[in-house]
Formats: sequence, structure tokens, C-alpha cells
Amino acid sequence: MNFNFLQHFGRYILFMRTVFSRPEKLSMYYKETMRQMNDIGIGSLTIVVLISLSIGAVTAVQFAYQLGSSLVPRYYIGYVVRDITIIELAPMLTCLVLAGKVGSNMAAEIGGMRQKEHIDAMEIMGVNTAAYLILPKIIAALFVIPMLVSISAFVGILGGYLSSVPTGLMTGEEYILGIRSFFDPYNIFMMFVKGTVFAFVLTTVSCYQGYFVKGGSIELGQASTRAVVYSDILILLFDYLIAVVLTM
Amino acid sequence: MIRIENIRKSFDEVEVLKGISTTFHKGKTNLIIGRSGAGKTVLLKLLVGLLTPTSGNIWYGDVNFCNLSKEEVRAIRMEVGMLFQGSALFDSMTVEENIRFPLDMFTNRTAKEKLDRVNYCLDRVALNGSNDKYPSEVSGGMQKRVGIARSIVLEPKYLFCDEPNSGLDPKTSIVIDELIRSITVEHQITTVINTHDMNSVMEIGDNIALLYNGELAWEGNKNEVFESDNDLLQDFIFASPFLKRLRNAAVKNGSI
Ligand SMILES: Nc1ncnc2c1ncn2[C@@H]1O[C@H](COP(=O)(O)OP(=O)(O)O)[C@@H](O)[C@H]1O
Ligand SMILES: [Mg+2]
Repeated sequence: MNFNFLQHFGRYILFMRTVFSRPEKLSMYYKETMRQMNDIGIGSLTIVVLISLSIGAVTAVQFAYQLGSSLVPRYYIGYVVRDITIIELAPMLTCLVLAGKVGSNMAAEIGGMRQKEHIDAMEIMGVNTAAYLILPKIIAALFVIPMLVSISAFVGILGGYLSSVPTGLMTGEEYILGIRSFFDPYNIFMMFVKGTVFAFVLTTVSCYQGYFVKGGSIELGQASTRAVVYSDILILLFDYLIAVVLTM
Repeated sequence: MIRIENIRKSFDEVEVLKGISTTFHKGKTNLIIGRSGAGKTVLLKLLVGLLTPTSGNIWYGDVNFCNLSKEEVRAIRMEVGMLFQGSALFDSMTVEENIRFPLDMFTNRTAKEKLDRVNYCLDRVALNGSNDKYPSEVSGGMQKRVGIARSIVLEPKYLFCDEPNSGLDPKTSIVIDELIRSITVEHQITTVINTHDMNSVMEIGDNIALLYNGELAWEGNKNEVFESDNDLLQDFIFASPFLKRLRNAAVKNGSI
């Protein structure tokens, strides 16, 4: 069967309706949600920290280079690193990385269960598999990914400090002054909106890809790739849309 | 009892089942037999609602399974157990966790009650003490038995088995067959079994339906198999020249 975009979209909406239905047994969903939080959160911490540290560091050095010997005060470096990490880099890069790591993993896990008839076996028992397998992942992601995004922002700002202060680009006082200047809490709000929306997009798109997989290991690999590619494209799209809507 | 009426199923343009009607009885092992690709698995999946028929009706007692909402289907599934061709055990869970899964999901029993029930089912399939093994650590025959234990843990009224002895040696196959049969009789379950194994046909064929080319080619029980002059049936049961000679010899000297 050749599905076009609209058919996929329709099936995705119907799928979401089944996902958001009343759990058979709260304790089972709770247990599964905890397991997922651990997988997503602890499992992704290292890579998120590494990437955030380096983008913060590079942003600071690059911006210092751009300033050159202009009249713009040095402490602006701290201010720029703070805002660009909070508004854009932390939510977007974290979620692009998580789409690659968590999204592909979810698609492969659920797709494997589909192919090995585990999903059918659960359906026969009377389990609402769309809800039991996907809802805990969505809830876990909605909690954990925004947390990872805020960690990423914090570490990014730290990275800026580490690359500019010990190397003599500026003094510690200047950097601290920078990150305390012109602060607008609304930016934090934007960061959380982005983190939450991206988390929802990447988990549901990836789970959708896994849940409807057919065939064998080649199709499973393709589904896993599609999970990442479509999540990435949608994250970029929503990044733009949220930026437009929230800064109107 | 399950009754099916004129079931048809097509995939794209290809009609796999071409109007099947039959009845599966309570307390009996009902067999669906036929060559690979005859449509046995498709029929079984239609019976449990994993696929929907292109046309026709499926009656669970007085309830038309094809007209039910998703919630009503789930309610019936509480009374259904199924053994999959590949066992479909959850591989990240131990044997005990696999069997306990339906209890965890659908009952409010205490941990002790659940463990007792799991151990009863394990005992029933002669696997006591294998609680902590993982599916990958036990043999194919044992995986089937775990599958059986899991499918009966909620005391189903209906049991479906897709080729329960494919991939097993003849001795183990007979053990599995006998197990399914005794559970069926003991709990008065309506059991439907897909098989292409002639040993099963002769041992547990209370009620046999032969599928050929998507149609019902023959119906009867194991005693009627020898008396039948249906060529498709004879050709299916006595597939090898050796068995054909054996059968002819037996008929000649009157031993069957
Ligand atoms: N999901 C499907 N899509 C298309 N064709 C299918 C599907 N499932 C089964 N078939 C076809 O239906 C026929 C019967 O298959 P099946 O019921 O699996 O046979 P068996 O009797 O060996 O269990 C086969 O020709 C198979 O190719
Ligand atoms: Mg089959």
C-alpha cells in the first residue's frame, strides 16, 4: 500500500485518540512510565551535557571573534550566550539529538514488538496496546525532555564561561555581569514551550513509525530512520512556528 | 461455541478465504488443517479480531463479534487465550513475569495470589521451577508450554493455537497436543487449533476442517478421516508415498 501524507496524518490522529484513552491499570502504566523516564533521562544525560558544553563554548569564542576590537562591551558575550542557548540552541539541539537517540530507539523497540507478534499477543489479552506502550513514553518524555533542555541551557552557559574566562577573553566578573544583564523570564517560558512541543513530536512520531511497521529487519531499520528524519523535520518546522507565534 | 458464516477475506485483489462456514464446539479440540498458505493463520486472526473479514459473520455464542465496538471486543478478549506460532513471549521478561502479565494488567489480586496462580499454570504445563528463566534460555518446546501457561492464566473460555507443534520433534508435539486437549476438556474450553501435522489430526481431531485454496474442502472427525473418499483429504493426510502404501496395506488387511 502506498500511503500519502494525508493518509498518514489521518492515521496518526486516530492513533493518538487510541493512545489517550483510560488506562486499564494505573499501577502498570506508572511502572512503565518510571522505566521510560529512567531510559530517556539518565540514558541521554551524557550526550546532552557534552553537546551543550561545546555549543556554549563555541558560541562564546565565535562571538568574541566577531566583536573583535569594536566598542561593544565584552560582557555582552555572556548576555548573548545566555539568550541564544535558552531561546534556541538548548531546546532545538537537545531535541534533535534526542530524536536521533531516543526516537530511533522507541521506533525500533515498538517495531520489534510488532514484528515478533508481542503487540498482537497483548491485544488478544485485551490490552489497549497503543495506550499501554505509547502513553507512558509520551508522559515520561514530557517530564524528562524539558528537564534535559534546562540542563542543556545551564551547561551551555557554563561552557561559555569555561571557554572565555580561563583563556583570558574576559574576566569572570564580566561574564557573570553579562549573564545577569537584560534578563527576560519570558525566554525561559519559550524554552519550556519548545522543549515540551518537541518532546511530544519526537515521541509520537517515532512511536507511530514503530507501531505500524510491517515486514522484517530491513523495514524495521527504515522505520527507525524515518522516525529520526520526520521528527527532525517537524522539530525544525515547529521551532520556526513557535518562534513566530511567541514573539508576535 | 463459535460459529462462522460465509467468511470471506481478501488482501488487495487476492481472495484468501472464499466463503467459509463452520462451527467450533465447546470442550472439544477443533482443528483447522491445510497446507502452508491455505489461509489457516488468516482464519484464526479473523476469529480473534486481529483482522476483519471482507464479509461474513463470526458468532461467539449469541454475540456477533463483527458488530462490536472496540471496548466490547476487549471484553470478549478477556475470555480468549491465544498461543502464537512463534510463542510471542515478551523477551525482556522472565517466564514468571510473562505468565503474570495478564494478572498484573487485569486483576487486583495480591502478589501471593498471583504467584500461586502462576505456579499452578506452570505446574499444569510441567514447568515448575522455571520461574526465573528468560524465554531465550529455554527450548522451543518449553517456550510453547510457557505460551500455553500464559494463555490459560485468566481461565479463558476460548483458546486459539496457531501451529502449536511447528518446529517441534514428534514426541514433544504429542506432549503439547495432549496438554492442550486435557486443558480443553478439563475447563470445557472452545479450542481452535491450526495445524498441518498429521499426528495431531489423528490424536486430537475431535472436529476437523480442511482448508484448500481458501475453501472448506472437508469436515469431520478423526474417525471419519479413514472412511472418507475425499481426495484432497487423503492427499493431505497421507502425503508421502510411504504413508499411502501403509494406508492401502492397512485397508486391505482390514486393520482400520
Ligand atoms: N497481511 C497479509 N497481506 C497480504 N497477504 C496475506 C497476509 N496474510 C496472509 N496473506 C496471504 O494469505 C495466504 C494464506 O496465508 P496464511 O493464512 O498465513 O497461511 P497458513 O495456512 O500457512 O497459515 C498466503 O498466500 C499469504 O500470502
Ligand atoms: Mg500459518
